[in-house]
Amino acid sequence: MRARDRRLADIRSKVPEVSPREALDLQRSGAALIDVRDAAEVAQGSPGGALRLDRGFLELRIEEAIPDLDRTLVVTCASGQRSLFAADDLRRMGYRDVRSLAGGFNGWKDEGLPFEIPKMLNADARERYSRHLVMPEVGEAGQLKLLESRVLLIGAGGIGSPAALYLAAAGVGTLGIVDHDVVDRSNLQRQILHADERVGVSKVASAREAVLALNPAVNVIEHPLRLESANVEEVFEGYDVVVDGSDNFATRYLVNDACVKHRIPNVHGSVFRFEGQVTVFWPAREGAPGPCYRCLYPEPPPAELAPSCAEAGVLGILPGVVGLLEAVETIKILLGAGDLLVGRLLHYDALSARFTEFRQARNPECRYCADGAEFPGYIDYQEFCALAG
Amino acid sequence: MSSVIVRIPTPLRSFAGGQSEITAEGADVGAVLGAIGADHPELLARIMKDDGQPREFVNIYLGSDNVRTLNGMDTPVSEGDVLSVLPAVAGGAA
Repeated sequence: MRARDRRLADIRSKVPEVSPREALDLQRSGAALIDVRDAAEVAQGSPGGALRLDRGFLELRIEEAIPDLDRTLVVTCASGQRSLFAADDLRRMGYRDVRSLAGGFNGWKDEGLPFEIPKMLNADARERYSRHLVMPEVGEAGQLKLLESRVLLIGAGGIGSPAALYLAAAGVGTLGIVDHDVVDRSNLQRQILHADERVGVSKVASAREAVLALNPAVNVIEHPLRLESANVEEVFEGYDVVVDGSDNFATRYLVNDACVKHRIPNVHGSVFRFEGQVTVFWPAREGAPGPCYRCLYPEPPPAELAPSCAEAGVLGILPGVVGLLEAVETIKILLGAGDLLVGRLLHYDALSARFTEFRQARNPECRYCADGAEFPGYIDYQEFCALAG
Repeated sequence: MSSVIVRIPTPLRSFAGGQSEITAEGADVGAVLGAIGADHPELLARIMKDDGQPREFVNIYLGSDNVRTLNGMDTPVSEGDVLSVLPAVAGGAA
């Protein structure tokens, strides 16, 4: 008898084997079916609902996926041998009820049991996002979610620049960018999407170039226009998250109102000189709804009480900080991870190096987002001053 | 009477003699802001309407709570409390 067969016989005395049909029944009654084949094999098909954990990482990652040592595990490979070795390791790790699928995935298919061709990352993506893939909060499933996500950036300026670059780098599949402006040399103090050689070029075209240079797989959708009540619905169509980095109240209220109406999370950031504010407006969030911009500030200030144009100005780095905080919240929304800045306004004072958090409840009488409120319509506020953001 | 620190946001500092914080006394939020307004009437006018209520585009926080969700301008303050004034700010892209 060969050493391998002796070892398998020994494992079989400790690990029960189950037929494909029994495995399916166990899975349906709560057992975890674990496919330990490698990525190339899994790409050809894998039992429906199986947890796919490459044999090479099995012991390292199993606990994150299945913390309960009492849960029944059914391990499968191609033919039912690797699964025995893997099951024995899991048993020795402390899992109390581990079984091996006799005949493996081949037997499963022969029985006509349900399998799927899992969506998987290609080799380029696997390499590019490797630092995400090793984190349980992202992993392959999370990365695939990001790749299928659609984020709309309002403004390719101080806030939109870092947000666009990092969201593209993170693998957000589709980035829409709204901006009607062209690149001006005075933008380059903070708007790192653009470049000196692109002064005079449309900002969305310049943004596309920068984003694709970083990650050619991103689908960039250019919206070279000024957002108005007449076009906001068409532009917002199909996006999962909106990142507001606009520079005027008229746009901010329009963005808010459209997000409220279409139940889209609105990741909000604004800056003035050395100060920034970041929050997430999301009244339609399931389970834990948050306020909208109008809960916080029901109406924009009149021109005479808004900070004057002459006073405007911003530390170039500040919108960078704010834009990145918005990008982080965006990724968290897309992944469904962590605690969001919903109902919390984060204020950053760069001069005193102080972050302060303020609680912000929904306004139960908000005209736009109160429960049962009928949408009052869009308002095109007069644009009186574009603060340099 | 309690001594309270009022944080002045950058956009309003020119109406507060450039100060980022002002210490003032009062029993409630309205009284503290009123005390500041005696020295800086233009600042107060940008925070409060004539009827004594905060303007729609300004929020006042006692610690981390918006005073609108407390007792508004009548919210009592304690020694050492911090009031933060936060106006809506639009800047971002441009």
